[in-house]
Amino acid sequence: MTRPTPETLAHTARRARAAADPTLDVDQAATRTATPAAPAVRPAAANPISGAGSLVRSLEALEVDVVFGIPGGAILPAYDPLYDSTVRHILVRHEQGAGHAATGYAQATGKVGVCIATSGPGATNLVTPIADAYMDSVAMVAITGQVASPLIGTDGFQEADIQGITLPITKHNFLVQNAEEIPRVLAEAFHLASSGRPGPVLVDIPKDVLQAPTTFSWPPTLDLPGYRPTLHPHGKQIREAARLMAAARRPVLYVGGGVLKAGATDGLRRLAELTGIPVVTTLMALGAFPDSHQQHLGMPGMHGTVAAVYGLQKADLIVALGARFDDRVTGKLDSFAPDAAVVHADIDPAEIGKNRHVDVPIVGDAKHVIDELIAAVTAERAAGRTADLGDWWTQLNDLRTRYPLGYDEPVDGTLSPQYVIKRLGEIVGPDAIFVAGVGQHQMWASQFISYEKPYTWLNSGGLGTMGYAVPAAMGAKVGKPDTVVWAVDGDGCFQMTNQELATCALEGIPVKIAVINNGNLGMVRQWQTLFYNERYSNTELGTHKHRIPDFVKLAEALGCIGLRCESADDVDKTIAAAMEINDAPVVIDFVVGKDAMVWPMVAAGTSNDEIMFARGVRPAFDEDDI
Amino acid sequence: MTMHTLSVLVENKPGVLARVSGLFSRRGFNIDSLAVGETENPDVSRITIVVNAESSPLEQVTKQLNKLVNVLKIVELDPQVSVARELLLVKVRADRSARSQVLETVNLFRARVVDVAPDTLTIEATGTPDKLDALLRDLEAFGIKEMVQSGLVAIGRGSRSITAGPALRAA
Repeated sequence: MTRPTPETLAHTARRARAAADPTLDVDQAATRTATPAAPAVRPAAANPISGAGSLVRSLEALEVDVVFGIPGGAILPAYDPLYDSTVRHILVRHEQGAGHAATGYAQATGKVGVCIATSGPGATNLVTPIADAYMDSVAMVAITGQVASPLIGTDGFQEADIQGITLPITKHNFLVQNAEEIPRVLAEAFHLASSGRPGPVLVDIPKDVLQAPTTFSWPPTLDLPGYRPTLHPHGKQIREAARLMAAARRPVLYVGGGVLKAGATDGLRRLAELTGIPVVTTLMALGAFPDSHQQHLGMPGMHGTVAAVYGLQKADLIVALGARFDDRVTGKLDSFAPDAAVVHADIDPAEIGKNRHVDVPIVGDAKHVIDELIAAVTAERAAGRTADLGDWWTQLNDLRTRYPLGYDEPVDGTLSPQYVIKRLGEIVGPDAIFVAGVGQHQMWASQFISYEKPYTWLNSGGLGTMGYAVPAAMGAKVGKPDTVVWAVDGDGCFQMTNQELATCALEGIPVKIAVINNGNLGMVRQWQTLFYNERYSNTELGTHKHRIPDFVKLAEALGCIGLRCESADDVDKTIAAAMEINDAPVVIDFVVGKDAMVWPMVAAGTSNDEIMFARGVRPAFDEDDI
Repeated sequence: MTMHTLSVLVENKPGVLARVSGLFSRRGFNIDSLAVGETENPDVSRITIVVNAESSPLEQVTKQLNKLVNVLKIVELDPQVSVARELLLVKVRADRSARSQVLETVNLFRARVVDVAPDTLTIEATGTPDKLDALLRDLEAFGIKEMVQSGLVAIGRGSRSITAGPALRAA
């Protein structure tokens, strides 16, 4: 089999270009993936330049090392100066891939992810990843070309009002009116995307603005009079929270993605160990607190552990840190944690009290909140105020013992998807980054892989975007080239965005993809099994019955190594074989049984009290149990 | 449900009204009335929004509004300590036999006649929504041919100004 390697194709072209340009160092150009190029802030004196040149210079000044995109008519002027830039452009196969790659890059590195598209369909193809980044508060900047100013509003060729379209799904967006604004708007976009509650920002630039002569000077002055995120919490609220924490008999720390975004994981561990309070981490926060830690009850919510769901449900105090009481966590809201007082700390004041009544609201960055809580709790303890959590832990430990995460081997002898994912986690280890799509495989990956370190679990939590995994894994690998990156994907998800594997093969981005292939849209099928009388309307994909597509052949066609595993005996060696390959993307087609289900489960719209440990099995934790 | 009057100070930039009104519909709120205009500072516009809502959802929409980057400040005006006015233009049937009675109503409400045609009078009135409702009820008897109303504008009583403040000076 011939397949391109990082040393061929894309890099060949780049080397040729670098060789032709004496100002660009060949080795530096070739190793750009490994070490981000130093910010190339050339002298900031105002030189004549085009709007497009100003855009690229701004990206360089903002220390952007990589952008993901596809050129087209309206954005074309920007691609000319980009050709000579220190900014690496990765040519994707679909704009959705560019968007999710930017998200994966941002989530893995903590830096702003950047994607570029042309006007009209290029821009609208970014809508899904922008909405995804909005729901999961990811720092992303999307740059789109727009038709030339005189054509705006005329239904011009490839015109779409992307600013209007993305109003509800961006933190903010800009339509650049003249070329002089470009450096300021870019600086504002990056500042907005990455500060406060992070989120996607779109910058739409008409073609004539990109072509217009202008001057470039850096740094620009930001003009955002209405934007003042509150980072430092109010001392009085912190003291009140600490007082409740010292007095509570059944407290729980409910940790969300905000803790990861704030870089507050060390502080979280200190706070948890200082207080001895049980910790639950949401789907967006896996890795924020080690899964193996004795105080970790697991993930709460629809497919959370019994102990985590029960812990929140029976708590007398919930301390929410950077979490948002999402419906997948609370279940039926009016029966959620009926006896709990709530301390809710979030950087976004609008989250506080949005879903659940709050007793102690704290607006602030999770890092500052946690640091100040540690000081306040220490003061409470110094004054002799602590609560005995012994009974609480006895109950929780009893539940953990009686209702651990587990699964039954399929009775039909097929390969168990949970086993595959569990072994993957065990063999690959806690240093790798795991990226999931959406559905059963995502839930199993959240349950059966142990996340010990922050930023090792990326997924589409809020929007639930099928197709997220492959491009997001690509972005994560570009951002963390020395880290092993595994996508755990479903056969449905994989068929939505696998074309980015061509990008990975050509650009030298050796991601690894475990396709948990059950031949069906598994989560939808599970609901049909449970709630629609096993009427499997339109969930059979044919990847088992007809082997269409054949994922091994597909992988090879996309320039990757394709492997297949169909029995439990082969799981370890197939994973080991994939781990040996580091110069090309690898796809493993794990052919697994179609009847496995995700448990525990709180059915949509029901109370968390109704959690099912397995089909027809309800945990015994009624009133006399506590 | 109660009526709330919000004064929203925003940067005077294209598209800001769409951001504000879009947010209301997206979060499931009906805007009862809306008026926009420049303030004493040409960089700042003031949007007066009347919305019918319970207090807790109103708090949520206010917080969401505050997150809009172009929104500088939001103040809910208490009807007890603010002045609120709407403008009404109404074309009423008023042939010779009815004209004097229509003019009597106009005078009673301290409204003004701004256009006269053989069979109609066009009347301008400003006032609180209650006063204008009363005027309209009176005029209905004659026959209303056409009417147009502005959104409510409102301002707090006393010497304090909501447009003073660091954020607004910066804008």
